[in-house]
Amino acid sequence: MTVDRRKFIALTGSTLSSALLAACGSRGPKGAERILRYAERKNEVVERALFRHTAMDSPIAGSRLAGNALPSYFVSKTVPVWDESQRGKWMLEVSGMVNRPLKLSLDDLQKLPRITQRVNHYCVEGWTAVEEWTGVRLRDLAGLAGMQAAAKYVDFQSFDDDYHESWDIESGMHAQTVVAYGLDGRMLAPAHGAPARVYSPVKLGYKNTKYLTRIVFMPVRNGGYWSDQGYEWYGGV
Amino acid sequence: MIGSGLQIFNAYPAFARRGETFCCYPWEHKPIPKVFTFGGWLGGARHWHFAMMWVLVVNGLIYLGFIYLHGEWRDVVPRKSFPRDTLAMISYYLFIRKRHPVQGKYNALQRGTYFILPVVGAVAVISGIAIWKPVQLQPLTDLLGGYAWARYWHFLAMIMLVTLSAIHIFMVFTVDPYALQSITIGGYDERKSPEARNARPLYHLLPQAPAVEEEVAPVAVEEKMPPVAAAEVPSLEVAGASATQLPEHSSTESKP
Repeated sequence: MTVDRRKFIALTGSTLSSALLAACGSRGPKGAERILRYAERKNEVVERALFRHTAMDSPIAGSRLAGNALPSYFVSKTVPVWDESQRGKWMLEVSGMVNRPLKLSLDDLQKLPRITQRVNHYCVEGWTAVEEWTGVRLRDLAGLAGMQAAAKYVDFQSFDDDYHESWDIESGMHAQTVVAYGLDGRMLAPAHGAPARVYSPVKLGYKNTKYLTRIVFMPVRNGGYWSDQGYEWYGGV
Repeated sequence: MIGSGLQIFNAYPAFARRGETFCCYPWEHKPIPKVFTFGGWLGGARHWHFAMMWVLVVNGLIYLGFIYLHGEWRDVVPRKSFPRDTLAMISYYLFIRKRHPVQGKYNALQRGTYFILPVVGAVAVISGIAIWKPVQLQPLTDLLGGYAWARYWHFLAMIMLVTLSAIHIFMVFTVDPYALQSITIGGYDERKSPEARNARPLYHLLPQAPAVEEEVAPVAVEEKMPPVAAAEVPSLEVAGASATQLPEHSSTESKP
């Protein structure tokens, strides 16, 4: 009786620990990928249901501006800089499902109603940084361009190689979603996406395309640089 | 959940907001060893974490619903005598007290642990929600001190769950391995309970039954097992000199 029990304990122990060891550091079983994709789709439904236009981000009391501590990310080998001598003047194109497609220079952008907001930056890696962004609300640009009601998604494209990320239109129309050209009271530097980038606290960092060239309103989603590589497409915060 | 959580943590193994410092974590920017991680890469671990969180929550709710409906919550909610019982258990495990305190289903330390576990689990879930939706649910995140602190509570809750589980599993095997039956297929022999054996971790691991039977045989009426065992064990200790008892047992029975 005692021996049986001991054998049972030993067997259970060794089975459990070997299963644990096999699992450690791994990606998990291949067959699970379908379940994970299913869960991601369902989670997106939950996240979109949770989304509120009235939910505003504000840094917690006592937090400081990240300033130079804000990491700069880009997918090109070197810092992407818009070379006017080769590509002509930088213009931001607002197109797709709009009644009046726009082409805006940086000057044009700066003449539009601007907002400055101090908000958190939520990175997919788990860090946050407090920053002060100055720019034009995307909803204002959409209004200016006459966005059509059938536009359900918006794609933000860049000159940082083929980097782009598409969003659901609700997140795009959030009051804190801006096309930013200023950071912490200065014009945006090349390291952080100059001349302009999209910035919104309602999306994870990787959804906020830098080095913006085109904003395209779409009837369907268009993936994205990181979402196509396996990160969540929704990436909402 | 833990493995994928640590994989996610390793993408930024620190708590400080960028440009700030964090008071309360001594290993900022030191990643967790890879063997403790799961999911392979950040994106994969996030998918695992956000899929399994539903399983964890549903599992926890089923557990809480079950012990509520079956009245078993009474076994884990601390009683008035909890501080006294806890002290008694601790002094017993520290060999200050000789006899195992009288207990019901669980001793005071178990009670405390099984009561705290769901509470810590709830902290893990709530802080997890807070760092999953820090903008949409910002009041909740702010309540926890903001994103960085919510992330810290989430981490601490995990550490606490791991610690309590490790102690729990250690105690199952070193104090009451006979409970594995009741844990898995049900049924428990009270004669083998830690109280009946006067068991401490790794002490009196074997059932005291043979000795009991020898002495009981002439006196006992048949089929009075639990009371007989309970009544008989004290005389055992009186029989064996208590000073020599401990080393003797440790040498013969420390290998389960």
